[in-house]
Amino acid sequence: MSDIATRVKKIIVDKLGVEEAEVTNEASFTNDLGADSLDTVELIMEFEKEFNISIPDEQAETITTVGQAVTYLEEHAK
Amino acid sequence: MPKYDRIVITGMGALTSIGNNVNEYWQGLINGVSGADYINTFDTSKFKTQFACQVKNFDPLNYIDKKEARKLDPYAQLAIAAADEAMADAGLETENYDPDRGGVIFSSGIGGFLSFQEECINYGTNSRTPRFSPFFIPKIICDIGAGHISIRYNLRGPNFAVVSACASSNNAMVEGLYHLRLNKADFILCGGSEMGVCEAALGGFSSMKALSERNDDPKTASRPYDRDRNGFVMGEGAGILVLERLDHALKRGARIYAELAGGGASADAYHITAPHPEGLGAKKVMISTLDDADMSPSEIDYVNTHGTSTPLGDLAEVKAIQNVFGEHIKNINISSTKSMTGHCLGAAGALEAIACIKSINESIVPPTINHFTDDPEFDTDINFTFNKPQARKIRAALSNNFGFGGHNACVVFKEYIP
Repeated sequence: MSDIATRVKKIIVDKLGVEEAEVTNEASFTNDLGADSLDTVELIMEFEKEFNISIPDEQAETITTVGQAVTYLEEHAK
Repeated sequence: MPKYDRIVITGMGALTSIGNNVNEYWQGLINGVSGADYINTFDTSKFKTQFACQVKNFDPLNYIDKKEARKLDPYAQLAIAAADEAMADAGLETENYDPDRGGVIFSSGIGGFLSFQEECINYGTNSRTPRFSPFFIPKIICDIGAGHISIRYNLRGPNFAVVSACASSNNAMVEGLYHLRLNKADFILCGGSEMGVCEAALGGFSSMKALSERNDDPKTASRPYDRDRNGFVMGEGAGILVLERLDHALKRGARIYAELAGGGASADAYHITAPHPEGLGAKKVMISTLDDADMSPSEIDYVNTHGTSTPLGDLAEVKAIQNVFGEHIKNINISSTKSMTGHCLGAAGALEAIACIKSINESIVPPTINHFTDDPEFDTDINFTFNKPQARKIRAALSNNFGFGGHNACVVFKEYIP
């Protein structure tokens, strides 16, 4: 697992209060990990903070699974 | 026949600087324990006041999981803890109540002060990029305690907060009483919570000259009716009471602590923060409360005062009590339990209501601690229950709370006689 993937998964475990094993690449924040719309906004904010980037809203809306978050951050993190 | 349907108290919950449940709180009160101590949650070295009555050893994870805890300001976490105690105490379990007939009227004087400050600091220190947590608003609004309690217990009846600063939870009980008399619910959890000791709160109250600055001796700083009182001490806590229609309580065989005989509300219409010098609003609210309860002043044995330990406030309230009670004042006990708990703002009314109910049940009046020097402004025939609790029969107890804005709210509890 890449360093970015590890950090992303740690944030998700922490913020959503889920087990690490549940945080698979295919897992959807809302359908599989119990996030509501507010949790999802918070996750994006935490990614921005952790990786020191700004994720535009239209991009944020396309990040709905763990794998999508990792891919996006691997492409954009500084 | 009574004027209205009778409303009783069947459950109580409390967290304070002197105990994290009703029993510990009551033991603290009758043992004259001060909850004041130096603030250790932030650096107070540049503040004029460096102490408060803070809740101690509170772990929200004893009540809610970590994910949930993050979404609740500490004031709402305290609210949940107090509600858990009150619901269990009342024996209310999902199978023995109708969710549509259970309500919550729960207040906070200020709301999520800690979260508000934290988010604003974040904004100010991150190049002012507006990155506010999606939980910011639902953490700070002062009705969210009522919302969380309703979600936790599936209570779908009347649900809201009433806000009148330091009178808030007295108003909450008054509103609960009125709703129940009108048969809008079978029971309503009423109370308030405050956990806002932070830089912004301390700085704000301090610049109003409202706080005691007795930094060399915090435990004696809250000294209502003492000649050398010099301001209130910020307190934290949550108090909640289960108000229930008597018919519903009897039907389910609930234990009844006391009857909420009446309540009232008024305004000074005088100044945003200073009390009316003659205590006119305070007098009016006590009279209307007694009238609501269909009781005369001579039926009251104990008055738990607002008594915050400010020079003007204590004086105005006592003038009002003298006006209302006349000659009977020599027969009653007066005490300010804020001498021990500090001023818990929006939680004060509910916590002091619990003190009144316990005094009726246990036949003990909790003291006004920290009395050192008589203030010649007060008549010597007034019994302020200084320094030591007093054992006596309490038939009925009245509790005042007043809030910035000139709000006054009052409740009267009496012994439950079937």
